[in-house]
Amino acid sequence: MESRHKVLIVDDDPAVLELYRDLLSQLPSRPEIFTTTSGARALAMLKSEGFRLLLCDLKMPRMDGLQVLSIVRRSFPELRTVVMTAVHNEEFRSRAYALGVDLFWLKPDTQQNMEMFLQCIESLLGRDDESGFRGVQSKSLMDLIQMECLSQSSTVLRITRGSLTGRIWIVSGELIDAETDGARGEMAFRRILEWKSGTFENLPSESGRERTITKPANALLLEAAQAMDEIAAPESQSAEDAEQADHRKTVWRLASLTRAGADFVVSLPNEGDGAKAEGWGTEATQELGAWMQHALEACSKLGHDLQAGSLANLDGRSLDHRIVLLPQDTKTYLVGWPSDVAASQLSEQSKQLVASWDS
Amino acid sequence: MGFLGLFSKPSPGVQVLPSGTVTVDRNNQILATTVSSACSEEVLQEIGDQVLTLFRHARKAQLPLSELTIHFSSLKITARELRGGAIIFLAPKHTFNAAS
Repeated sequence: MESRHKVLIVDDDPAVLELYRDLLSQLPSRPEIFTTTSGARALAMLKSEGFRLLLCDLKMPRMDGLQVLSIVRRSFPELRTVVMTAVHNEEFRSRAYALGVDLFWLKPDTQQNMEMFLQCIESLLGRDDESGFRGVQSKSLMDLIQMECLSQSSTVLRITRGSLTGRIWIVSGELIDAETDGARGEMAFRRILEWKSGTFENLPSESGRERTITKPANALLLEAAQAMDEIAAPESQSAEDAEQADHRKTVWRLASLTRAGADFVVSLPNEGDGAKAEGWGTEATQELGAWMQHALEACSKLGHDLQAGSLANLDGRSLDHRIVLLPQDTKTYLVGWPSDVAASQLSEQSKQLVASWDS
Repeated sequence: MGFLGLFSKPSPGVQVLPSGTVTVDRNNQILATTVSSACSEEVLQEIGDQVLTLFRHARKAQLPLSELTIHFSSLKITARELRGGAIIFLAPKHTFNAAS
């Protein structure tokens, strides 16, 4: 028997619950509908049953919708969540999206809105069940380029990593040019390949692009793969080689600092207590690392207690420096700038510096 | 008139993000505030406590901050150090001012 998705609706008004139960049970995927009038009861039901989707009202007594969603996001990250409310308030909308809800919907007041709402719910319920290819997952940039070259295609690959952007031109399966961050040709291609993660898109090919890369794509990819293997497997290097590689990395990072005009960078792995900070351009690395750890914990608690969403960044000013604390996927960075640098660009400049830091 | 509270029922609502200014002294006593009374004093004191501790720890880390701004997805907290205390500005972010 085909399994039906379970949907939980939370609203303090039983009449609304009945209405939505009737409407949603008629969806093409015929979901099983469960209802409750309290957030606490909803959380208990989520623990005991495997639900696919939670529809939650915002205004409820005792535990409001944002509180419910805040707990749901941490305890049931896979659950799709929809806020439906009669409150037309931009603050609530942005807070709901900050908490990671899939859809914020004003309670439908017309037939047309209701139809659109039901279509959205059906789409959220069935998103993973659709057949066919939705994109390339877990493929390295090398795989992507190889695929483009083997298929003899002509395209421009635009790759984005944080605030860094690079472009690679492929014509009839041949790599002809690359460009990023002021570099062009083979140098740019190597730099782009060093990026560990990011997003890409295929742009239409450009016919008149001047050729700057003459080496075959396979040769360049092989060279890049060898270089990455050496970095990834330091035990296969001699102690001297490893020391030289470390030295080169430090020189490169200090050069990046100088080029960007920053004073120091401290990085702290997001592993919780005991993570060791690394610093460049400062002698107070461990002290700053301890402050970063404290700041992350304090902001995480504040963000959770106030339901203000996650920390985007923290910036500060002292007599000598302006600082920007930037949490990223695996590490958090603290970038120090001279105090006379314009504050308006600091966040963006810090993001650019950090994006290339571990490449 | 406090006895009227005995008859009130909990009414449905959503916790609103605090908006306005709070001034706290070095002991985290609230000296002045323009934040609506709908936001409880405990919440304001928690904000004050975290901010003062951030300033204090920064001094220990040889980074004596005079100002800091915490950007959450939906709230911006700006704090200026005032002789051990702080003046704290709380500004919820909406879709239309999220970039600020």
